[in-house]
Amino acid sequence: MATAQNRAQAVPGSGLNDDIGEDKRLAIYRSQLRIREAEQRAYDLFLQNLVKGTSHLSLGQEAVATGFAEAMQKGDLSFCTYRGHAHTLARGVSVEKVLGELMQRDNGLMRGKGGSMHLTSEAHGVMGSYAIIGAHLPIACGAAWRAQYKGDKDVSVCFFGDGTTNIGAFHEALNFAAVWKLPVVFVCENNLYMEYTPIGDVTAVPHPAADRAASYSLERIVIDGNDADVVYRTAQKAYAKARAGEGPSLIEALTYRHSGHSRADPAKYRPEGELEKWKERDPIKIYRERLKQFGVSDKVIAEIDADVRKEVDDATEACKAAPMPPLDILTTDVYADGGWAWRN
Amino acid sequence: MPEITYRDAVIRGIAQEMTRDNDVVFLGEDVAKAGGVFKATVGLYEQFGPLRVRDTPISEQAILGAAMGAAMTGLKPIAEIMFSDFFAVCFDYIANEFPKSRYMSNGQTKCPLVVRTGNGAGSRFGAQHSQSVENWCMMIPGLKVVAPSSPVDVIGLLAAAVRDPDPVIFLEHKSLYPTKGEVPDGEIVDRLGTAKILRPGRDATILALALMVPRALEAAERLKAEHGIDCEVVDVRSLVPLDTQTILGSVAKTHRLFTVEENPRLCGWGAEIVSIVADEAFYDLDGPPVRITTPHIPLPAADILEDIVLPTPERIVDAVRRSLQG
Ligand SMILES: Cc1ncc(C[n+]2csc(CCOP(=O)(O)OP(=O)(O)O)c2C)c(N)n1
Repeated sequence: MATAQNRAQAVPGSGLNDDIGEDKRLAIYRSQLRIREAEQRAYDLFLQNLVKGTSHLSLGQEAVATGFAEAMQKGDLSFCTYRGHAHTLARGVSVEKVLGELMQRDNGLMRGKGGSMHLTSEAHGVMGSYAIIGAHLPIACGAAWRAQYKGDKDVSVCFFGDGTTNIGAFHEALNFAAVWKLPVVFVCENNLYMEYTPIGDVTAVPHPAADRAASYSLERIVIDGNDADVVYRTAQKAYAKARAGEGPSLIEALTYRHSGHSRADPAKYRPEGELEKWKERDPIKIYRERLKQFGVSDKVIAEIDADVRKEVDDATEACKAAPMPPLDILTTDVYADGGWAWRN
Repeated sequence: MPEITYRDAVIRGIAQEMTRDNDVVFLGEDVAKAGGVFKATVGLYEQFGPLRVRDTPISEQAILGAAMGAAMTGLKPIAEIMFSDFFAVCFDYIANEFPKSRYMSNGQTKCPLVVRTGNGAGSRFGAQHSQSVENWCMMIPGLKVVAPSSPVDVIGLLAAAVRDPDPVIFLEHKSLYPTKGEVPDGEIVDRLGTAKILRPGRDATILALALMVPRALEAAERLKAEHGIDCEVVDVRSLVPLDTQTILGSVAKTHRLFTVEENPRLCGWGAEIVSIVADEAFYDLDGPPVRITTPHIPLPAADILEDIVLPTPERIVDAVRRSLQG
């Protein structure tokens, strides 16, 4: 893996590889922490019965969403899954909008019409979260096709889990994107589990995405998904390739979810010690150390920590105070005329 | 007026819209160089080039998914699914993705695309290449569903579908491709959600769609000539939006309703219309509405079998005559 090497290069005073720069590093740290705190809060609010329905947290996987988002340019498009809070926050959607949607309030991103699994913010390039496994890979191809056709320079980035690689749409999309040479980047977050079943129990190859890449004449790429710098650099390379008209990439980022599949899952199926082992490689812990290695002071880090906590606290209060959505939105936007009439 | 085939009308309709708007792009299996399995896209590749008329792999999910992604971000794709039966392979897009994206995003996203497909029986293809799937689509909030019966309607309704801001399922009847009809020169643009009274009449209303339209017209001629029954034939054309005004108006005039569907009987569109009429115009009726449908069976392949399951002019004549004259 590229990881070990990157980490060695990142040690200050050793010919260090600081292509990323302090501003970007602080942004990457802040974004990961914002996702962590917001998702942790979502869980707390669920325990208080203020977040209803289901929600799928990305605790432990923050580096993937952050690294890919921080490497994007304005206008790039993201397509996420039902586990899409992280990707949505990473593109700059406010914590209040996301928590508001989870709390079914009128200040939510979709005023309660989408819910946890369906976050969309066109203004941020967040083109929807899709709850049918794999559905969005072909859709991302279509957005990339538009860019290719119109000569636009944006890239479509599509996030999904390891379990998704066994669905037909994954394979259709990869072949389609490869033969049409589309500017799309497919990102598999391999967190080792589908819902409750280890991915290895149901997949014929050890690396569910990367080991299939050759079938679509793509490079085999496996990265450390817990190191945001590695993710960021990988993203930059893939986006540059896409923008240069050289076609799609398929990236498998190895990571781990600290919580269960959804809020209903206590994750009893995990072998003893596995979670603890991964927590040593917690992306936020790794990144805090990274910042220190690069000479960022404890004070600066503490300020960011306090800032983010305040942001999440303020958002929580705003959501608690926000009204529930009015019932008259129930029948709006079924059709483009704004209504729901299917007959005259 | 010059006559052209339903097949050539498809080509002309697509070409008309691609000429008008550079954002209209077209994709599907064997549609470009080969001109389509039904030869309903011949010449488009030569006319519009490989960037706008694109052959895809056999990947129905990718075809419809890509059409959606392109539509969401600014193009106006027309996607072909070779046979409507294959909707089942990519039904996620038809049922879960296109129609729900606008609603779930509280109006942020749009999905202006057209899915064209060869629908219906009559070619002896058997149960997996002959179905009429309009009922699969009609029940889904957020979709529009159109099924033209004549060349001029093909062009006009296809243009309306391409220009429509919602996802439209455009069902071309396979058995109608070789049929001819008069089509004026120049641009043709129709309106979705408009039924057409093709034959005015006093005694009964016959509602039909696609291939059932010429059969209903033939039945109406025979009912008049042989039994003195004067039927009004209404081509429904569009199931969503549905022109209930024209339908209820016709029933108010004739007081009798017959629907002719090329579908398994259960949950057909005719049942929905009968229910609307029962709800809203019950006292206009002089007798029970009658649905003429295929039986609730998969479609057989042999011509002798396929021919008896689809409603025929004879069956329509018989049903109307028995209902009106006892
Ligand atoms: C087509 C489809 N099948 C099954 C499900 C139910 N389901 C929801 S999440 C999930 C597991 C997905 O695993 P993976 O792709 O690895 O993503 P992760 O949850 O690990 O992020 C399943 C089976 C679904 N939503 N859609």
